[in-house]
Amino acid sequence: MRYYARKTGFYLVALWAAVTLNFFIPRMMPGNPVDILMAKLQQRGGTVGPSVRRSYELLLGADHSDSLAQQYLSYLNNLLHGDFGISVSAYPAKVSDVIGQSLPWTIALVGLATLISFVLGLTLGALVGWKRGSWLDSIIPGTTVLAAVPYFWLALILAALLSSTLNWFPLLGGYDVTYDIGWNWDFVSSAVQHGILPALTIVISSVGGWLLGMRNMMVSTAAEDYILTARAKGLRNRRVMIRYAARNAALPSVAGFATSLGFVVSGSVMTEQVFSYPGIGGRLLQAVENNDYALMQGIFLVITVAVLGANLLVDLLYGLIDPRTRAGN
Amino acid sequence: MTTQLPLPDGLADLPPGAPGTTAPPSGRRTGWRAVLPTWTPKLAIGLGLVAAVALFGLLGPLLAGDPNTIRNIGLTGPSGDHWLGTTQTGQDVLDQLTRATRGSLQIGLFVGVLATALSALVGVVGGYAGGLVDEAFSLLSNVMLVIPGLPLVIVISGFVPAEQRGSWTVVLVLALTGWASAARVLRAQTLSVRNRDYVAAAKVAGEKPWRVICVEILPNLLPVLASQFVFSVVAAILSEAGLSFLGLGASNSSTLGTMLYFAQNGFALQRDAWWWFVPPGLIIAALGCGLALVNLSLDEIINPRLRRPGRRRNTPEKADRSPNHAVRSTAA
Repeated sequence: MRYYARKTGFYLVALWAAVTLNFFIPRMMPGNPVDILMAKLQQRGGTVGPSVRRSYELLLGADHSDSLAQQYLSYLNNLLHGDFGISVSAYPAKVSDVIGQSLPWTIALVGLATLISFVLGLTLGALVGWKRGSWLDSIIPGTTVLAAVPYFWLALILAALLSSTLNWFPLLGGYDVTYDIGWNWDFVSSAVQHGILPALTIVISSVGGWLLGMRNMMVSTAAEDYILTARAKGLRNRRVMIRYAARNAALPSVAGFATSLGFVVSGSVMTEQVFSYPGIGGRLLQAVENNDYALMQGIFLVITVAVLGANLLVDLLYGLIDPRTRAGN
Repeated sequence: MTTQLPLPDGLADLPPGAPGTTAPPSGRRTGWRAVLPTWTPKLAIGLGLVAAVALFGLLGPLLAGDPNTIRNIGLTGPSGDHWLGTTQTGQDVLDQLTRATRGSLQIGLFVGVLATALSALVGVVGGYAGGLVDEAFSLLSNVMLVIPGLPLVIVISGFVPAEQRGSWTVVLVLALTGWASAARVLRAQTLSVRNRDYVAAAKVAGEKPWRVICVEILPNLLPVLASQFVFSVVAAILSEAGLSFLGLGASNSSTLGTMLYFAQNGFALQRDAWWWFVPPGLIIAALGCGLALVNLSLDEIINPRLRRPGRRRNTPEKADRSPNHAVRSTAA
C-alpha cells in the first residue's frame, strides 16, 4: 500500500511542478505575450472585453496590481475549472475544444504505433539475446544506425519513397476530407489508410531501442542461476527462453515503456509536422507559429497530464507484476 | 563496472596518467588502462566515423567557399564545380554542409558538457550525501524525466522572440531539459561506489566530502560519465536538428537542422533534389552511429556481462546488474 501511496504522491508533485513551470515560463521570458495576443485577437475580429484580457493575464502574466501569489492562485483556479482561455488561431473556439478535437488522432496513431513497436522490439530482442553469437547478432548494428538517424529525416525519405514515388499511401492529412467524421466505413477506412505510413515511420525509428535494451537484459538474465537450473531440469529450450528468461528480462523494458511515453509524445510533434496529421503535436506547432500562447500552454499541460497519467498507470502495474519493487520501498 | 585495481606501492605517487611507465608485463591492465575500452572493430569504426565527421566540420569550412554565395544556377545536381549540387538559390550544398556540420557539432558539445556537469552535480552529490538532499535531488530529476522534453522545449522557444533566440538560448534550453536521465544513472552508480571500503577509509582518514567525491568517487564513475556524455551529445544534436527543422532553432546559426528546414521549405523533396536533403541527414546519422558504437564499447566496461565470452578481461568481481542502464538504452 505504501508503494502505491508513494507513487501517487510522486506524480502529484510532478503534476504540480509542470503546472507551476507552465505558470512561470511566460513570466520569465522577454516580450509581452498578452499584448501580442490581444492584437491578434482584434485582427480576427474578436471583441476584446476586459474579462478576456483578464483571463489571458492570469495565464501569461502582465504587470498589474495583483501579487504573484494571487495570480498563481487564480491561475490554478482557472485550470481546475478547465478554463484554458480562447484560442487565437482557431478563433472563436475555446482552447479546450481545440484540444479535444485533436487528441484522439494522436492517441490512436502514436499509441498504436508505440505498442506495436514495443511488442515487436521485445520479441526480436529476446530472440537476439537468447541466440547470442549466431547470425542474429548482425541485427544489432542495424538498430544502432536506425537509432542515430533523425526521425523526421527518416520519415521524409520514407514519405518520398513510398508515397510520392511508389504511390502506395496518401502523403498528407489524417483522412480524406470528402468524408464526414464518424463511425462509418468510408471514413474509418480512409483514416486507417492515412495512418499506416506515419505509423510505419514511428515503428521503424523506435523499434531498435526496445530491441537493444531487451537484448542486453536477456544476455544478463541468461547468466542467472535459475536459467541453469531450468536447463538442468531438462526443460525445452523454448520454454526456458520464454517462461524463465524473457519474462524476467522484460521487466526493465516495461518500466522503460513508461519513461518512453514522454518520447512518444515528443515524436508525435515531428510525425504530425511531416505528415500534416491533425493531432495534438501539429496543433502545438501551429500555435507556436501563430503566437497562440493560450493554446500552447493548454496543449503542453494536456500532454504533460497524459504522460504523467500513463506513467502512473505503468508504475502501478509494475508494482503488481514485480513484487520486489513494492518491498523495496 | 570496472574495478579500480590497486596501484602497486611504488607507483602510488605517480599521477595515474603517467605515460607508458606503469604497465607491468603480466598483462594485468592497471591504472588508466583498466578504464579504457578494449580495442574492438566496433570501437574502431565508431571512432573512425566520429573523427571523419569532426574533421569535416573542423577543416571543411576553411577549404570551402562562402556558403551564402548566390548563383543563377538554382537546384542543379552534383557536378564537377559543385560536388553536391546547389540549392534553390544556387548556393553550394557542400559549402553549406561544412558550415552546418560545424554548427551542429558545437551545439552538441556545449550541451553535452553542460548537461553532464549538471547531472553529475545532481546525481553524484545526491547519491553521496543521502538523506534529504538525495530525496530532493532524485525527486527533481524524476520530475524532469517525466515532463515531456520536446513539448517543453517548443513552448519555451515559442515564448522567446525569434530575433532573441541565439545559439546560447538553444544550448541552455537543451541542457536544462536533457540532464535528468543521466543524473539517475549516475546516482545509482554512486550508491554502489559509496559503500566500498576505500571510501569508508577515506572518510575515516578525515577527508572532506568534496574531496571524497572528486578524488575517490568520480574517477570510478568515469566510464559511466563518459557514456552519459556521449548520450547527451547525440541527444542534443538530434534535438537541435529537430528544433531547427521545426523552425524553432537559433536564428543566428547554421546547423544541419536548419539546412533540412530550408530544404523542406524549398520543396527539395517534391522536386527530387536529393543532393540537398540527403547529405545533412546522412551526416547526422554517421555521427550518431559513430557515437553510439563508441558508447556500446563503453557499455561493455560498465556491464562486463555484455562482453563476448572468451574476450574477458581480468575483472574477477561479478559485476552488479544495472537495470537502470538498460532502461536508459531503450529510451535513447
